[in-house]
Amino acid sequence: MGKAYEVPEGLTIMKALEYAGFRFIRGSGCRGGFCGACGVIYRSPGEYKLRVGLACQTTVKDGMHLAILPYSPMVKPIYRIDKLKPDLGTILKYFPEIVRCVSCNSCTKACPQDLEVMEAIQAIRQNDIARAANLIFDCIMCGLCSTRCPADIRHPYLFQLVRRLYGKHLLSRARHVELRVKEIVEGRWEAEFSKLMKMSVEELRKLYTERKIEGGEK
Amino acid sequence: MNMEGYSPEMRKLIEIVEETRPERLRRKYRKFSLKERKELVSKWHPDYRSDTKRRLRIGPCRGEIVYSEIADLLEAWPLIEPDSIDLSRIDYDVEILVVGGGGAGAAAALWAYYSGVKPEDILLVTKLRFGDANTVKARTGIQAADRAEDSPILHYLDTMGGGHFVNKPELVKALVSDAPLIIKWLEDLGFIFDKTPSGDMIEYAGGGACRRRLHCARDCTGLELMRVIKDEVINVGIPVLEYSPAIELLTDPETSAVSGAILLNLETEEYLVVCAKVTILATGGCGRLHAVGFPTTNHYGATADGIVLGYRVGAKLRDMDTLQFHPTGAAWPEAIRGELVPEKTRSLGGQLVNIKGEMFVYELEPRDVVASAIIRECAEGRGVITPTGAHGVWLDTPLIEELRGSGTIKKELPALYRMFIRQGIDITEDPILVFPTLHYQNGGIEIDSYGRALAPNGKPIPGLFVAGEVTGGVHGRNRLVGNSLADILVFGRRAGINAAKVAVSISSKPKLSLNHLKAYMEELKRIGIPRTKRAPILLPDYRGEKVLLRSVRVF
Ligand SMILES: Cc1cc2nc3c(=O)[nH]c(=O)nc-3n(C[C@H](O)[C@H](O)[C@H](O)COP(=O)(O)OP(=O)(O)OC[C@H]3O[C@@H](n4cnc5c(N)ncnc54)[C@H](O)[C@@H]3O)c2cc1C
Ligand code: SF4
Ligand code: SF4
Ligand code: FES
Repeated sequence: MGKAYEVPEGLTIMKALEYAGFRFIRGSGCRGGFCGACGVIYRSPGEYKLRVGLACQTTVKDGMHLAILPYSPMVKPIYRIDKLKPDLGTILKYFPEIVRCVSCNSCTKACPQDLEVMEAIQAIRQNDIARAANLIFDCIMCGLCSTRCPADIRHPYLFQLVRRLYGKHLLSRARHVELRVKEIVEGRWEAEFSKLMKMSVEELRKLYTERKIEGGEK
Repeated sequence: MNMEGYSPEMRKLIEIVEETRPERLRRKYRKFSLKERKELVSKWHPDYRSDTKRRLRIGPCRGEIVYSEIADLLEAWPLIEPDSIDLSRIDYDVEILVVGGGGAGAAAALWAYYSGVKPEDILLVTKLRFGDANTVKARTGIQAADRAEDSPILHYLDTMGGGHFVNKPELVKALVSDAPLIIKWLEDLGFIFDKTPSGDMIEYAGGGACRRRLHCARDCTGLELMRVIKDEVINVGIPVLEYSPAIELLTDPETSAVSGAILLNLETEEYLVVCAKVTILATGGCGRLHAVGFPTTNHYGATADGIVLGYRVGAKLRDMDTLQFHPTGAAWPEAIRGELVPEKTRSLGGQLVNIKGEMFVYELEPRDVVASAIIRECAEGRGVITPTGAHGVWLDTPLIEELRGSGTIKKELPALYRMFIRQGIDITEDPILVFPTLHYQNGGIEIDSYGRALAPNGKPIPGLFVAGEVTGGVHGRNRLVGNSLADILVFGRRAGINAAKVAVSISSKPKLSLNHLKAYMEELKRIGIPRTKRAPILLPDYRGEKVLLRSVRVF
């Protein structure tokens, strides 16, 4: 941030800032690389490149210049997932900007999750929702790719829609789940529950100890 | 000192692990008997140490033993002075107030909406951003007994056994009966589960469960969960207020029912008044209190605020003398110390090995047993000491590739692979060092099966529902993997549905007061708690000591 601080070696950028005396309100969430709250923009010593990353996952280096980017301004479109068709048409309606992708690959280079972000944009444009959803499954919605995108694409929300279209409309439903729900609603297990719930701890413990473990010890 | 990757000394120790690997490949460590488990846990688990806890001197559970860090928060003054708060200016007037933007809060808000409450009559407030929560970090999966080989009855037994048989039976029954329904709901929302091409769930084994019952979204189940339900909350139009934690509940001076909350805008530091017919507390756990000095897997805002707020309106706490230490937190490198190495690593076959390359525990014993076994190995000198002085044992990850084929780790544990490769360690080739880390609050505010908060006399506290990690009773004294995600959705849903019913039944607008707080403050004064002790703490303070000692407060 243009001002030098001395910190011990081996800390993440987040812990280094705290050590130096900063206390986060914005810019710290899960602290484990899962929430995207801690975007950081930095230059390493001797490097002309401006890089982006996660403050909770990037180890601080001597001479690093950095600033925290806790928020990427963008608006999420509103939809009813059950009413949508899982195809490019739907996506274009909410995210028309994807046609402006110039294949510069800046998004992929920015992604702290090492996702093939540009590939995913291409897959969407080829109407391959399943492939796109799988490519960006690990997206933590940090928005760092969007800050670098010359086409102003809102990747986090775009990918959220793609994943939900895939999960809702393209993955087959689990029959066994439906069957079990039906059994439960019909009261199939009630009698056994009443028996169990009346048991003493000793009786329960006996049942517990004697139960068979699937794929258990050899 | 190189703080990434492994030092040459550590490399030498890794060779020992590699030497014993071929022999271990063919073996499993035997299971402990219940008696052996008990001996191990009573000797080594922090829950059983007498110096980690103390007797509460105040409030509805006075006299009960809780972890000292929890007692510190309950024996503390509020952040506000009741008389200086203007309750006549109401900033938000709603039917249902949901406090907490994790999985339990989001589920409660959605099910209140499904039950007929208009979205604009609900308000979801949260401390950080919506979704900055323990939920987003959950890695391994959700339990639900939905395969033909499995049954809710077996799930019930596993949960009771894992919780040492002190769980509240009505809550366990609700958990296991509703869990399949939750899975179906998530499918409806477009949640991407690990499935076979025909749509069957691929389910994994978890510690303490007698059937494969873990439903996963690769190794970021919680991320997928949080993403999907957050998206849905926004789509249905429920208003969300971020960076605005609740710092106190309000009560109706006539009925004593909970009637809303005081919020604090963290950025402007102004307080806000919410009037609500029903309040649902879903503030999550307490890992950031770092009980007994342990590192934690929890998110930045896990500071037990809900316990403090609920206790001050008379809620009963239970099992606050037990915490879950996840057996496998990263012990090295320092940058990720305390972060979770998910149980799936062991479900896939990763074995725990001491400095001599020997197995010392069956890796899928319940968590408290595995954690105790690791603490014992280290205490008795069979652990590895890292360059920063932390202890750990090996978790033999390359074994997974040998057992299940190369490529398994990148496919099944991509997030774990990524976390370590960023630190210069390739877990497909080298094992990793692990040590227990503070993971989960087993107990909390006692609820009934409707999700209502209970007072010590067993009666519900009117106007207050509670859901998620902040509650107690579902898991007894120890939670099984995958049972928490099930818990937060099952009881978030129940709280939402029942809160909606209560809200509809109340026709008049509740009145607001801080009378309960004034009474609590009288007690604080009586037992002589110093004014400097204040709670809720909202966020941990990790500023360096040097800075804190010289701090001058200006703004
Ligand atoms: C690393 C990790 C891995 C896990 N893996 C699994 C797993 O595989 N399976 C499983 O079942 N469980 C797992 N768990 C446990 C599970 O994720 C949590 O117990 C569960 O998600 C808790 O949900 P919750 O909604 O109750 O709390 P949280 O998700 O923590 O949400 C609480 C919310 O309340 C907010 N809040 C806190 N205080 C206030 C306040 N005063 N005012 C307003 N808002 C407030 C917080 O900021 C947060 O948004 C894991 C936990 C962790 C940390
Ligand atoms: S795809 Fe974009 S939003 Fe998603 S993790 Fe990568 S950089 Fe962040
Ligand atoms: S940064 Fe934007 S324009 Fe460039 S490849 Fe990515 S999506 Fe396309
Ligand atoms: S704090 Fe969540 S990704 Fe860094």
